[in-house]
Amino acid sequence: MTLASIVFAVLFYAATAILLIGVGLRIARYARAPAPLKIPTTPAPTTRTGVVGRMLSEVVFFYSLFKSNKWIWILAWVFHLALLLVLLRHLRYFIEPVWGWVVLVQPFGVYAGFALLAGLVALWIRRLFVERIRYISAPSDHLMLGLLVAITASGLAMKFLWHTDVTAVKVFFLGLLRFEVHPLPTDPLLLLHLLLVVALMVVFPFSKLLHAPGIFFSPTRNQADNPRERRHTSWVARVEPTGAAASSEAAGAAPNARSED
Amino acid sequence: MADFETPEVKEYLDMPGLKPDAMSHSQPFVSRDEFQEPLGFPGELVDDWQNVAIAKLGELLDKNRGLQVFMDACVKCGACTDKCHYFHGTSDPRNMPVARQDLLRSVYRRYFTWPGRLFPKLVGAQDLTEEVLDQWYSYFHQCSECRRCSVYCPYGIDTAEVTMATREIMNAVGKGQKYSNEIIGKVFKIGNNLGLPQPALQDTLEGLEEEVKEDTGVDVRYPLDEKGAEVLLVTPSADFFAEPHVDGLIGYGKVFHQAGISWTLSSHASEAANFGLFIGSPENMRKIALRVREAAEELGVKRIVFGECGHAWRVAYSFLNTLAGPFDFLDPRYPVPQHICEVTHDLIQRGALTLDKSANDHRRVTFHDSCNVARASRMGDTPGGQFTIPREILRAVCNHYYDMPPDTIGEATFCCGGGGGLLTDDLMELRVKGALPRMQALRQVADEEGVTHLAAICAICKSQFAKVLPYYGFEMDQIVSVHQLVSDAIVLDPAR
Repeated sequence: MTLASIVFAVLFYAATAILLIGVGLRIARYARAPAPLKIPTTPAPTTRTGVVGRMLSEVVFFYSLFKSNKWIWILAWVFHLALLLVLLRHLRYFIEPVWGWVVLVQPFGVYAGFALLAGLVALWIRRLFVERIRYISAPSDHLMLGLLVAITASGLAMKFLWHTDVTAVKVFFLGLLRFEVHPLPTDPLLLLHLLLVVALMVVFPFSKLLHAPGIFFSPTRNQADNPRERRHTSWVARVEPTGAAASSEAAGAAPNARSED
Repeated sequence: MADFETPEVKEYLDMPGLKPDAMSHSQPFVSRDEFQEPLGFPGELVDDWQNVAIAKLGELLDKNRGLQVFMDACVKCGACTDKCHYFHGTSDPRNMPVARQDLLRSVYRRYFTWPGRLFPKLVGAQDLTEEVLDQWYSYFHQCSECRRCSVYCPYGIDTAEVTMATREIMNAVGKGQKYSNEIIGKVFKIGNNLGLPQPALQDTLEGLEEEVKEDTGVDVRYPLDEKGAEVLLVTPSADFFAEPHVDGLIGYGKVFHQAGISWTLSSHASEAANFGLFIGSPENMRKIALRVREAAEELGVKRIVFGECGHAWRVAYSFLNTLAGPFDFLDPRYPVPQHICEVTHDLIQRGALTLDKSANDHRRVTFHDSCNVARASRMGDTPGGQFTIPREILRAVCNHYYDMPPDTIGEATFCCGGGGGLLTDDLMELRVKGALPRMQALRQVADEEGVTHLAAICAICKSQFAKVLPYYGFEMDQIVSVHQLVSDAIVLDPAR
């Protein structure tokens, strides 16, 4: 048992807790806040099924971004797809035996690592050299790209330049899942890689990374366009007379119940 | 003309180089206590305005999921940066949608997020200072709430919602906009934006009946406050007297006449517009909307139809059921409310109107999709009906119809430059510059197809174009109402 393994065990438990609780609280806040009015950006689907399709087109293909700007779209899409593959590749550190499809993903995960780096660097170049995007960037926007580039580069360096004992790394993480602390290799590059990942997990609930859960709650994308057919109610709605006068009316939906649509 | 230059219309819309603060001087007149109080807002800037503003922002974040998500989700990707007509017309970087949102988001981050409290410089957070309030007043009155940016945002962030929230906060601290607030007061007091009382309306409508009789020899009625009519028509008050609006109203009357539908206007709900939307005030928006319900109940009508007005159609189509519904006392066979274009289109489909297209042969027509109709509402049963229905009407009444370039119409349509409560003379520079993308597209079809007329279904668009067309070398009467063209083509039978 080394000092590094204890420190990193604590860091990963803390970071995981902050990530899960932080994002969980944020999602709870989004879910609880009412949608006062129907504001889908039209033309919009008129049914819930249609809304699921629209949301998929956004989450999977970044359709609105595609309509906006092909350069940002291709770079962002390559970056996110590569990130997904790289994360899936990393699953092998957390499961034993390794599932068949995770084995299949491994070589693609390596190519994806390069695509990830290329996408990030290209996005950063845009941010630095396109006047409009430089104008809207805060230091944190550059830092976020820097953090992701550093994580990716350190990971690739371990794969191709300075190897670490990945078997020991796996034993360490499998141990964490069973609340046991096993020795973690102390190669500087590995420790740097893991430290940056911890940083990413910690900033997630407090940064623009909230776009990931946020999109599912975005009313311009997740509402059906059916205001004439179904009365949307909220605190903005006209309050109807209650009591004896109202009880004789034929009942539809509860008049001022909050529709989560 | 004024002390600014009209932007040059080129062959294509150039990407502007940034000119910081180019429009920071542009501010509408600030409201006074006499216009603030009827709306329930303080008459002047309150003493502890910072605290009041922060508290109001907190309240809006709790009450509006959209605003909360929009404040958090932006990744500064830049997709929206070249989508705003005011940015194209002014080159001011704060007219890039994300930069406009950041004027509020920076304050949100400072007071409502940990990174903003701890490291404001790092995350672009800032204190709410007098200077920031001043920038809010400038730049949140340079957004026409047209939603074009929201079409292109990967998270659907809608700058219109951010603008409305910030205007609501500014009203809460006593820094309202005179133009919108004075007009809302007139609706409460008299019933419409223009302050036309019942006798003036009566007089105008009688005048129209005489005019149509003279022109056509047919007795077409323009009734006011007639109990028992089938349809209540709610239309923007500009339709009662201004050109080209009034020609549209004449057209609605002829359509109802030919279809044999009894209808009436209401002096109580003599306004389709609802500026409560522009200032982001749900309470005031509901108060105005309830007048429509009251008029419908009072007159005992079976249907509600809205005239040509863009944001009014958004409030009517998307919000009326929420604000003033349910409308279970109306005829369930018709949607509530209907757009006049839906009514006319349906009649054309059923062959109930005789139309002589050649009556419009002296015009070559294009159609301006108004932003609130295009991106915040629908017509008919299928998504996109708001684009096809007006065009099918136009093709049915004119022989020469041409669309503007596809990236300037439909959901990508450019605002006229005067929407969202900015249609006031104190913002003339902004209005002229903001019209640039639409004028560029119009110039293109004018040159290539010989288009002579721009048809619209929005009172604000019509007024704005009548004013700005001359700045770009067009004539003010090149803007027409859709129902003006219907009116000219319709073949009337004598009264039934």
